[in-house]
Amino acid sequence: MSTQQHEQDRVEPGAAEPVMAATGLVKRYGKVTALRGADFELLPGEIMAVVGDNGAGKSTLIKALSGAIVPDEGEIRLDGSPVRFHSPLDARKAGIETVYQTLAVAPAMDISSNLFLGREQRKPGVRGSVFRMLDRKAMRAAAQDQLDALGVATVQNIDQIVETLSGGQRQAVAVSRAAMFGTKLVIMDEPTAALGVKESGQVLDLIRRIRDRGLPVILISHNMPHVFEVADRIHVHRLGRRAALVQPGDYTMSEVVSLMTGALSLDSDGALVDPSGHRAEVDEQGHAVAVDG
Amino acid sequence: MSSTTTAPPAAAPSKEDRRGLADLWLRSPTLGPLIALAIAVVIFSLTSSTFMNIDNMSLVLQQTIVIATLALGQTLVILTAGIDLANAAIMVLGSLLFAKLAAQGQPPLLALVAGFAVCTVIGAVSGALVTRLKLPPFIVTLGLLTVVTALGRLYSDGNSWPVTSDLLGYLGKGSYLFGQFYVTPGMFVMLAMFGIVWYALSHTAWGKHVYAVGNDEEAARLTGIHVRQTLFSVYVVAGLIYAVAAWQALGRIPNADPNAFQTGNLDSITAVVIGGTSLFGGRGGVWGTLVGALIVAVLRSGLTQAGIDSLYQDVATGLLVIAAVAFDQWARRRAL
Amino acid sequence: MSSTLRTVCASAAIVTIAATACTSTKSTDSSGSGATGSAAGGTVKVGLVTKTDTNPYFVKLRDSAKAEAQKQNAELIALAGKFDGDNEGQVAAIENLVQQGVKGILITPSNSTGILGALKKAKDAGIVVIALDTETDPKDAVDATYATNNVTAGELQGKYVKATLGVTAPKIIMMDGTAGGTVDEMRHRGFLQGIGVAEGSPQIVGKANTNGDQNKAQAAMENLLQRSTDVNAVYTINEPAARGAYAAISAKNLQSKITMASIDGGCQGVQDVKDGKYLATVMQFPKKMAEQGVDAVVKFAKDGSKPSGFQDTGAQVISDKPVAGLDIKDTAWGLQNCWG
Repeated sequence: MSTQQHEQDRVEPGAAEPVMAATGLVKRYGKVTALRGADFELLPGEIMAVVGDNGAGKSTLIKALSGAIVPDEGEIRLDGSPVRFHSPLDARKAGIETVYQTLAVAPAMDISSNLFLGREQRKPGVRGSVFRMLDRKAMRAAAQDQLDALGVATVQNIDQIVETLSGGQRQAVAVSRAAMFGTKLVIMDEPTAALGVKESGQVLDLIRRIRDRGLPVILISHNMPHVFEVADRIHVHRLGRRAALVQPGDYTMSEVVSLMTGALSLDSDGALVDPSGHRAEVDEQGHAVAVDG
Repeated sequence: MSSTTTAPPAAAPSKEDRRGLADLWLRSPTLGPLIALAIAVVIFSLTSSTFMNIDNMSLVLQQTIVIATLALGQTLVILTAGIDLANAAIMVLGSLLFAKLAAQGQPPLLALVAGFAVCTVIGAVSGALVTRLKLPPFIVTLGLLTVVTALGRLYSDGNSWPVTSDLLGYLGKGSYLFGQFYVTPGMFVMLAMFGIVWYALSHTAWGKHVYAVGNDEEAARLTGIHVRQTLFSVYVVAGLIYAVAAWQALGRIPNADPNAFQTGNLDSITAVVIGGTSLFGGRGGVWGTLVGALIVAVLRSGLTQAGIDSLYQDVATGLLVIAAVAFDQWARRRAL
Repeated sequence: MSSTLRTVCASAAIVTIAATACTSTKSTDSSGSGATGSAAGGTVKVGLVTKTDTNPYFVKLRDSAKAEAQKQNAELIALAGKFDGDNEGQVAAIENLVQQGVKGILITPSNSTGILGALKKAKDAGIVVIALDTETDPKDAVDATYATNNVTAGELQGKYVKATLGVTAPKIIMMDGTAGGTVDEMRHRGFLQGIGVAEGSPQIVGKANTNGDQNKAQAAMENLLQRSTDVNAVYTINEPAARGAYAAISAKNLQSKITMASIDGGCQGVQDVKDGKYLATVMQFPKKMAEQGVDAVVKFAKDGSKPSGFQDTGAQVISDKPVAGLDIKDTAWGLQNCWG
């Protein structure tokens, strides 16, 4: 898919039908309520970053969206129709791919095998149907195409064993796999957490290219600079619900951090206010200060 | 002494070279054992005039058959990061069923079917205990080792049962090829079994899943592999293979003995490990196991013919196991 | 990785403990039934501890002891180790028997030295202790020993082979049992005495440890024959070893050239002799050991007289090919008197 097409597909928030929309999600674990009526939406062709403090219920939200848990209340819609996932496999069948922080790769196996792990292709005809023979050639070619299309240049040999790859290269393999099989959206859990500066940059490029090919991405990250670098919108999660939905250009990193910690919040006009309701901003030291207005 | 045959080449000048060697080892785990086998064969050919001749090669092959077949099933289990301590006991029970049922007047074919069925069912029981109760394979098969050994002794009344049926002894009844090489159907059956399992492991999705489950079970689960089904199937297939081993054993000695193969489980693990399959799962393959079993038989044959006491043969085999695992660990550290 | 290893080691440790526990549980079970069966001052309790309860030889020993005890109106409590060499299992069994107040313990010691402490405790508790089948080391660790003289048994095997060979110089392959085993060493030594060849002589063409396992014996014999087929005599530690050796010998068609004999007198062994797989076997008499042992304990309970010394329960050459100078019974007699 070309970049131009992407520009056409790209629409202002609110104007297009969301690829995924969740409303009023509630999840309780015994006495603890991890989600308290959380909303979420993802539009076509966007990178939606999900940020939040530890314990904000961020990972519970992602688990609900990726099928790892079933919410107690609320509704998830995919392309407008309600869905109910009972396992990550259900979500995957619906076209939602997740890149786990652990990557979920088999280190002793080669790249091509890892890309097709659990989704192997068999040869046509009797060799495939009776003898269950894998079409290794086709899988290798498809794997190579995929890596080329995503511009993963650092990996030279599709037969390379994954454990001999660098952290960034492994991440690229896991991301490529998700992009290859995801038809609706891709969820990425802290893809740059374990990487150095250069490799992080490469992975962020990869995430952009996936979006540019028309696949929206949900990016969970703790790293504010990375979020501001790639995200189209930022979902700020706090106390089990969406505290704010902002565009990176409209606020500074410090302001988003304040939204995360609850030092500030947004009023109905999208203006920053302190807990007492006064207009506020964040000073150079990162402290929220009231603005006289 | 013969452990030196598997030691890594002494010259390892640069880090790059060593990394290359380690990478090669990871890619083709059969290579090391194969080189060790070749070295052992060359040494024994030079030191003993009776080692390198056709009928001895046939003998070594015949001596390999039962343990190699047991080790084939063991390889599958070890590839999933498990271990099967009950395999020889299952095989012995199978052979007792074959022999006693036939001795009691049942048609040999029926005895064969019954033995195969029981071995496969016991495999399924281990598989169910591992996957459903989530018990470690070590514990499950250790328990089954005791249970199945006792069942074998109960069933046989502690006696050994001679085989009279041609069908039951069939795999050992061969003929001479080129005058000297004694060929038995058992050899072909063994090779066919290795071929089939190799194909299943390397050319089917099932095989990929077996490796993936052994390599990283959680990752396999997350990629959508049915981990429990895969594990269960491995134990069932292994049980079936042990039944073939039981039939092979009766071809070697037409007598089913409840006290035979008491170290068969460890012997099979030895073959697997020498063959380069990692005890931590996910790495290795069946041809390495065949080579591993051959190495043990070649060592025994060569050292015996060199007039070396059998206890030293055990010493040599044990050192080889340690060397193989040490080299595997070293290679992995280097490559990463 | 190391955590996996640790788990495995820990599991192994747990299982070892569990296995030991099983043995003792088993003992307690038997003791339970024993205790209920005996009135306080009535029947004499006799304990029997065999090496295992699976080998037909020990099954015969146990059954004979049971029958004799019944005849004598005594009560037999039979326990066993889990495997040959299970010292811990035997020690636990002895301790249990002492607890139950038996008058005497009959034991086939797994490892002659491994259980001395437990035997001493039993003797100190005023219990008469008799070794069956296998001597203890030192011999006076028990009051008396009723056993086959294994040196004699080996010697008979050697004499038979020598007589069959006649004037031909022997070229021997020896299928030994387990390295370091008391019985194994005695039979081996006896055989060499009987055939008149010194240990270390070049007339011994080859030897191998078979652990009495037919498959190990087969592979060992195949390898030894590969080295040289210039062999005319084969010693075997027991009948399974002979069976394995026969498989290797017959594959090379050397049956007619080689004189092989064995020791034990199990029914399948005698049948093998009858079938001509090897020429002779030396029969042991576990039944006699058991009967004499039970009788001695009952006598001790009655009048307090302890048996002492070594009582040879005899060894009998079984063969259908008699040789001069040896007392030989045929296989028909053998099949009537065999065990297992």
